[in-house]
Amino acid sequence: MGNGLKKFTRSQLVIPLFSLLLLVVFNLIRDVEFFSVSIVTNNQGNRVLSGNLISILNGASAVAIISIGMTLITSSCKGQDISVAAVAAIAGSVFVSVLRSNEITVPVIILAFLFSCLVTVLFSTFNGILVAIFKIQPMIATLILFSAGRSIAYWINGGATPTVSSPLLSSIGGFIPGIPIPSPIIIMVMFLILISLVLRFTNLGLYTQVVGINEETAHLNGINPILIKLIAFMISGICVATAGCITVCRIGLINHETLLLDAEMDVILTVAIGGTALSGGKFNLYGSVIGAYIIQALTVTLYAMKVPSAAVKAYKAIVIIVIVMISSPVVKEFAINLYKKLFKKQVGTNIPMKAS
Amino acid sequence: MKKNNSLLRREPISNTNLLMTITVCTFICMYVIAMIAWGGGFLNPQQFLDLFNNNAYLLIIACGLTMVMISGGIDISGGGITALVTMVCVVYLEDHGGTVLGSLFIALGIGLAFGLVHGILVSYLEIQPFIVTLAGMFFARGMITIVSIAPRTAAHEAFLKLKQARITLPGIGYYGKTGNFIPAQIEPGVLVAITIVLVIAVILKWTRFGRNLYAVGGSSHSALTLGINVKRTKFYAYLFAGLLSGISGYVYLLHTGAGDAANAAQAEMQAIASNIIGGTLLTGGVGNVIGTLFGMLSLKTITNIVIASGLTKPYYQSITTGLMLCFFILLQSVILAIREKGHFRLLLPEWMRFGKTSKNESD
Repeated sequence: MGNGLKKFTRSQLVIPLFSLLLLVVFNLIRDVEFFSVSIVTNNQGNRVLSGNLISILNGASAVAIISIGMTLITSSCKGQDISVAAVAAIAGSVFVSVLRSNEITVPVIILAFLFSCLVTVLFSTFNGILVAIFKIQPMIATLILFSAGRSIAYWINGGATPTVSSPLLSSIGGFIPGIPIPSPIIIMVMFLILISLVLRFTNLGLYTQVVGINEETAHLNGINPILIKLIAFMISGICVATAGCITVCRIGLINHETLLLDAEMDVILTVAIGGTALSGGKFNLYGSVIGAYIIQALTVTLYAMKVPSAAVKAYKAIVIIVIVMISSPVVKEFAINLYKKLFKKQVGTNIPMKAS
Repeated sequence: MKKNNSLLRREPISNTNLLMTITVCTFICMYVIAMIAWGGGFLNPQQFLDLFNNNAYLLIIACGLTMVMISGGIDISGGGITALVTMVCVVYLEDHGGTVLGSLFIALGIGLAFGLVHGILVSYLEIQPFIVTLAGMFFARGMITIVSIAPRTAAHEAFLKLKQARITLPGIGYYGKTGNFIPAQIEPGVLVAITIVLVIAVILKWTRFGRNLYAVGGSSHSALTLGINVKRTKFYAYLFAGLLSGISGYVYLLHTGAGDAANAAQAEMQAIASNIIGGTLLTGGVGNVIGTLFGMLSLKTITNIVIASGLTKPYYQSITTGLMLCFFILLQSVILAIREKGHFRLLLPEWMRFGKTSKNESD
């Protein structure tokens, strides 16, 4: 029991789970109704689930999908990709322009998705080449697409914000008839399962962490760091395309300026809260996904408390600082020292002092 | 004899100075080409000075960021703090009957407060600077709408007088359409910005704190073994950056006279871009504030050139900005990689060097 507890407190999932628990308890005290989930009939005649919990899960799915790719990049390249939202706008633009030039059927949607995947993978590979081969800091390298990406999306659309509407698209962005769960949640879960299966049954996950922890060692052990980094960027490209297409389906139009606005910041936060060090190394995919839900739960909670939408950022900032302060190694060490001082009798000298 | 030899051997230029020289040369080339190719506005000294007039605030943010980046960190809260300062100052001047001096102190206070919190969290609690300053940016942007949702305009008399003050440069000017001579003017904010650039250049070059910054950014472990107080150095870097963001907010207010949540949008990313073009590396230990100045000028001149060449759609501007960033980033990466191998040395005679050059270790 004691050993299991110790193992648990050392794992990367502690902080995200603890923060999520804190949010849940806070909402329970504030208003139990917050968690009520009801079945309503939406305007298309489907019986669907509705409630704050569903909107948290639904709203966070795009950020959660991108955070999967970002986790891999963070782990292997020791830096973050800040161009994800801009590239998602490009993906959405490509998706919409393919859809608009054809009649919208299932194969065309799949084709459009694959095409936007191809485009984002190309852009991500460009980032990846800068990072892996030219050895540029990821944040700097992706600053190029960060500043140019949304303009490229604008250029693809020919300077307009075209709309697409079809029952097929609204079933991707909203609800599939007969299934009460919003389809972005289903897509998110399927995506997570797919990626974690890939990481489990290949050595990719291990190699990614090895490259992140020590590139030189990885190279000496026969792992090609450049290839691993490029693969991380490519996977991220597919994640970004998926998130972009889901968002386009949900809102039914592509607006290059506002599609997933500021999502790159949210995604990086998500990864940090999820227990992956932003300086690379060991990653935790599930932590990142939980982190996305924490951010969304926080936003929904603040909305439920009647905080104006523009002011949400300020409260979010405070909560983020508290979360990262708790997980800071210095604070942890201080807490352990305090604990030692207070309970000197029970605790021996062999308390693990976690150095930074 | 040996001593004589070592005197004769010319020292290689340091990374900082090399990258800065490239930026300065590129900027001058760009401007001269623009002058020859498009003439018109580029020959007008007022247009050159408007680069400063419109972007004095950006220059100040970028200067603060240079110090943080040299120390190996990052600060993306500059734009948010700038916008917050403009809004708070306008509300203070309009609704609370404030004075100009009081609003200036408020601006400095907000900047210092942000810098203090960032500094403590980053250097003493060892939290990732990106997350801390991101939270700072979120907090500042959120606070603006809490202070006032609607954009506000300052109508305070003494403030307007200060806002409309212009400094005429003697002897520089252009001839208007009617043939009369119009002297070139700069805003008071530009003087502040230029002073800050010079002060920081002096701090970085000739003070202990400045040299400590380079040491900490180059290798914080070596700096620690040399007896430098790494934490305090980093702390002061963030404190300075916060203070400068506060000043930048006031300069922005002097330029536009309005408080708005959309003020200084994307300024943090433009500041980072200016730094990169100016040769400051995110890895730390390399960079100079003079380079940042020219980086900012290059960034803004390329926009002017794109407009002058007839591509007036806004998306061309950001695409060219992206391309320019790409060019500089690749150039720096290639140059530094070649230098590390020791095949490449740019040798400059003594009189052309910008100051002390550090010896290349891979000699």
